[in-house]
Amino acid sequence: MDIGLNQYLIVAAMLFTLGVLGIILNRKNIIVILMSIELILLSVNINLVAFSTFLGDLTGQIFSLLILTVAAAEAAIGLAVLVTYFRNRGSIAVEDINVMKG
Amino acid sequence: MNSLSFALAHTLPELILVCGALVLLMMGAYKGTKGDWIISELAIAILGIAFLTLFTKLDGKALIWDGAFVDDAYARFMKGLALVGALVSLLLSREYMAREKIDQFEFPVLILLSTTGMLMLISAQNLIGLYLGLELMSLALYVVAAFHRDNVRASEAGLKYFVLGSLSSGMLLYGSSLLYGFAGTVSFAGIAEALKGGASLGVIFALVFVLAGLAFKMSLVPFHMWTPDVYEGAPTPVTAFFASAPKMAAVAITVRIIITAFPAVTMQWQQIIVFIALLSMALGSFAAIGQTNLKRLMAYSSIGHMGFAMVGLVPGTQAGVYGVLIYMAIYLTMTLGTFAALLSMRIGDRYVETIADLAGLSRSRGTMAFFVAMMMLSLAGIPPLAGFFAKLYVFQPAIQAGFYWLAIIGVLLSVVSTFYYLRIVKVIYFDEPAAEFSPVHREVTGVLWVASLLVLLFWVWPSPVLDAASAAARSLF
Repeated sequence: MDIGLNQYLIVAAMLFTLGVLGIILNRKNIIVILMSIELILLSVNINLVAFSTFLGDLTGQIFSLLILTVAAAEAAIGLAVLVTYFRNRGSIAVEDINVMKG
Repeated sequence: MNSLSFALAHTLPELILVCGALVLLMMGAYKGTKGDWIISELAIAILGIAFLTLFTKLDGKALIWDGAFVDDAYARFMKGLALVGALVSLLLSREYMAREKIDQFEFPVLILLSTTGMLMLISAQNLIGLYLGLELMSLALYVVAAFHRDNVRASEAGLKYFVLGSLSSGMLLYGSSLLYGFAGTVSFAGIAEALKGGASLGVIFALVFVLAGLAFKMSLVPFHMWTPDVYEGAPTPVTAFFASAPKMAAVAITVRIIITAFPAVTMQWQQIIVFIALLSMALGSFAAIGQTNLKRLMAYSSIGHMGFAMVGLVPGTQAGVYGVLIYMAIYLTMTLGTFAALLSMRIGDRYVETIADLAGLSRSRGTMAFFVAMMMLSLAGIPPLAGFFAKLYVFQPAIQAGFYWLAIIGVLLSVVSTFYYLRIVKVIYFDEPAAEFSPVHREVTGVLWVASLLVLLFWVWPSPVLDAASAAARSLF
């Protein structure tokens, strides 16, 4: 069987859905949410690189390189915020993030 | 003028902000952690200079950096609003930060960097520029939300904003990647060209994802969940910043991408915008009724106001965009004025936070009470205050384009929202005084005075704003 554009897009869509579900369904740990966010960004990269190859246009690959850089910065900031939260609250369980409600 | 100096001349505000932020970072690093007030004073000056450069006479529309960045009257108008929002929030922050002992020099630097992101976002002319501007803006905002490091509510606000913000930028990116695949280009004009022959299901799918990501930044329902928590948890000047500058940038890019990239799928995006505008107006009006915390109430109020602003976008006409621009300018004034009022009232050594704290304000501080009351009536949209004209200019084009029912529902929901604004006025004027208010610094009350006078006297001389908005709207079509 030939592997065409569709196969790549389906894999990317599955990874994206997994990432979103990981954020929504996860009831345990915020680190898992950070991992889900990475999964979403990487699924987008698969999309972009696949499109770029099949269109014969380099823009998509450049876009994906930029996304990789920004994702690294985003993960660093996420972990930093997480550390300050842990120091104040003593927990990073998702169900404990409930000081403010309404 | 050669091409490099041409490009540099058209990106002058951004360059000033970036260089300024780097210099201030160095100064802060060498002077130690407590930068006194000098860093924030310099940051205010930098924002002011960047604002002034917007008035340099540069002709027409410049497409630079390989078509990734555009400088036109529309961009300059919205950049002006974003810069004013950042500048005034910084002005409001200084006393609060010093009193709460979080006056580190990083705060003005982060505000400068975030504002740079907003300016890039407003000028973005392709999907890459959009994403990078959005992230530059948001990454600084995540940190600023959690700036009160030792406060559990502030760090929770930062965490919630980060998780939901990253999810939304992930959705925006997924939509962008699909758009790139189906249109074969990332530039807005190229996408519009590619969609002319009719749009496939994939493009509609991509449109939904992109609009979802942008709706999150504008805090429109159903992507508003973060807003009340972040507004309540973050330090009050940071909340003022969140409610003003990033909203300007997000609305600016939403209008730009819809008008320049998606004219071929008007039917589809109209349905989405009508849906989220209706839901936002409804939630903003009803959910705020039960609130006791003023910052939380302002969060629901801003959700509602964003919904009203989107009504102007629905017809997709020049008159509609004109209405949105005026709405944003007036919303900015009202929001900054309201937060200046919140920051100029202290009881003992804490700042006013709940509606009950305002009881009997009219007896102890007559002028202040009058200004707050006017601000509330303007937010509700009572003539002849500025808030009324804002709503008038967005509902008019909607009616002209035949969206009668949308305008009628909007006006009815605006009546509902009047209830909670009037409740605050009632508490100020008719309740028994609860506590004595302590004096605050002059610059905060100064902001309140200026904003109140602008709101009160908008009808006397509206032409500067109207002319600028009209030129800006024209440059987009």
